[in-house]
Amino acid sequence: MTALAERAGAPPVHRAPSRRRWRGARLAPYLFTAPALLLFAAFKLYPIAWAFWLSLFKTDGGLQTFAGAANYRRLVADPLFWSALGNTGIILVVQVPLMLALAIGLAVALDSPLLRFKGFIRLGFFMPMVTGLVAYGLLFAILLNPQSGLVNWVLGLAGIGPVPWLTHGLWARVAVGLALTWHYTGYNAVIYLARLQALPQDHYDAAAVDGAGAWQRFRHVTLPGLRPVVLLTLVMSTIGTLQLFDEPYVMTHGGPDNSTMTLGLYLYANGFKFFDFGYASAIAYALTVIIGILGLVQFKFLGDRP
Amino acid sequence: MTRRVMLTSSLLVLVAVVLVPFYWLVVGSTHRSAEVFGTPPPLLPGAHLLDNLATLESTVGFSRVVLNSTLIATLYTVLAGLVCTMAGYGFAKFDFRGREPLFGLLMLGLIVPSQVTLVPLFKMMLALEWLNTYQAIVLPNLALPFGIFLMRQSMSALPDELLSAGRVDGCGELRLFWRVVVPPMRPALAALAIYLFLYQWNDFVWPLIALRTRDAYTIPLAIASLQGANETDYGAILAGTAVAAIPMALLFLLLQRHFVSGLLAGAVKE
Repeated sequence: MTALAERAGAPPVHRAPSRRRWRGARLAPYLFTAPALLLFAAFKLYPIAWAFWLSLFKTDGGLQTFAGAANYRRLVADPLFWSALGNTGIILVVQVPLMLALAIGLAVALDSPLLRFKGFIRLGFFMPMVTGLVAYGLLFAILLNPQSGLVNWVLGLAGIGPVPWLTHGLWARVAVGLALTWHYTGYNAVIYLARLQALPQDHYDAAAVDGAGAWQRFRHVTLPGLRPVVLLTLVMSTIGTLQLFDEPYVMTHGGPDNSTMTLGLYLYANGFKFFDFGYASAIAYALTVIIGILGLVQFKFLGDRP
Repeated sequence: MTRRVMLTSSLLVLVAVVLVPFYWLVVGSTHRSAEVFGTPPPLLPGAHLLDNLATLESTVGFSRVVLNSTLIATLYTVLAGLVCTMAGYGFAKFDFRGREPLFGLLMLGLIVPSQVTLVPLFKMMLALEWLNTYQAIVLPNLALPFGIFLMRQSMSALPDELLSAGRVDGCGELRLFWRVVVPPMRPALAALAIYLFLYQWNDFVWPLIALRTRDAYTIPLAIASLQGANETDYGAILAGTAVAAIPMALLFLLLQRHFVSGLLAGAVKE
């Protein structure tokens, strides 16, 4: 408000700081951060707290009754919850490391002085990132159609297949993993590349003087240099994977036989198909706790070492 | 020399493989549903893009859907850009009581999965009678933690002398913000705007829950809803997918410098 008053009045040049303006400067940070903080409180913090409250209620024929930890007990005994967690876990331990390794290789190649058309190649690998999850999920579902998709046609030319993408449990997971890898590898590679270009060249020079080969330079200079960004992308990928929703929603609907059911899909089904808000909220809280624990573990193991 | 050729050519092949889905999306969107799954699959553009768009119009009212997506993403970009820039400035350039804990609280939003808020937000929008409205989509994510983080990072590079010079000249705080702080932030703002637009344009889960009638749909909802109908029209799905993806790809090619710096800004700085 003081600032507004200032704005209306003619600004005198080089006057001594007045008490009024001093108060304005003191209030200013609250003024600037208030919209974000209020919106965050209303649409994030309050719902987060409310979700926990809801998770303590049971839905019985449209009636909400307080049930304590019943939803959480049900969760622990729910085989579908565990298989959804398992499916997510498989992607987490197979797809994420493969993708990040691929991205590191790509970044090193993009950083190589031998490479031509660098700008174009970097751009090409980054392109998938701007495609929406639903859009590329649908596109991949059509490309990977087992009977007559483009991918199986090409594989057929090479005498392979037909691969039962999307219709067989294992291959449906591979299909989702492929789509994820297509979408995110270039993005991660560009993050690594930026880091590589910021690494001091003299470390490489010193290693070269010491007679280190290409592999040893990669092992002892490149990888340690990348550690902080690898940690960052690992944490981001973990959070993203645990919330996986759009791709399996459009590619497999969680099938076949729940083999691509994720926690996100299971939460959605309980909340917005069966309208069991209490149980959906309990799943959401379990998800939050899992993400928190995994994040802490990753920081513990990768974060502190020099 | 040969190593150069080998490295460059193998990466070019790899890029080609990565770009095939984009090419085939364009091809597929110009063919009828039956041809999309023909043997061999179509490899060159056909002549039925307009037919597919007409199908989209008659089945999901696609022009309204595109309008919804455009308005929602634009509105969101402007408002969230303002909220995030102001907050970023506040957190970067002022020393005030509670700064670190409040910022930490906002950054909690990066870790807590957004799915936790789905049920409560749905109940909230139901009570406010805001389901199927633009504000239901735009409001909840205006204070986007990543956007605030990004702007705080960029703002911290702004020299303090610039601000104190403005204050000595008697410039009020809001005026200082508009006249002194925002102009040199243009590259960061461009990156933020692109990020926000893309985020909202592609968002799916929350709109899926909050937009329950067809005339309120955004593009991802509309194209996902075409699946699993009795006779799924794949030509139409691909045409809708192309409308969702191709403008963003072109925008990316036009503004790639800002795009990449925008999406990296948060990631690379420690």
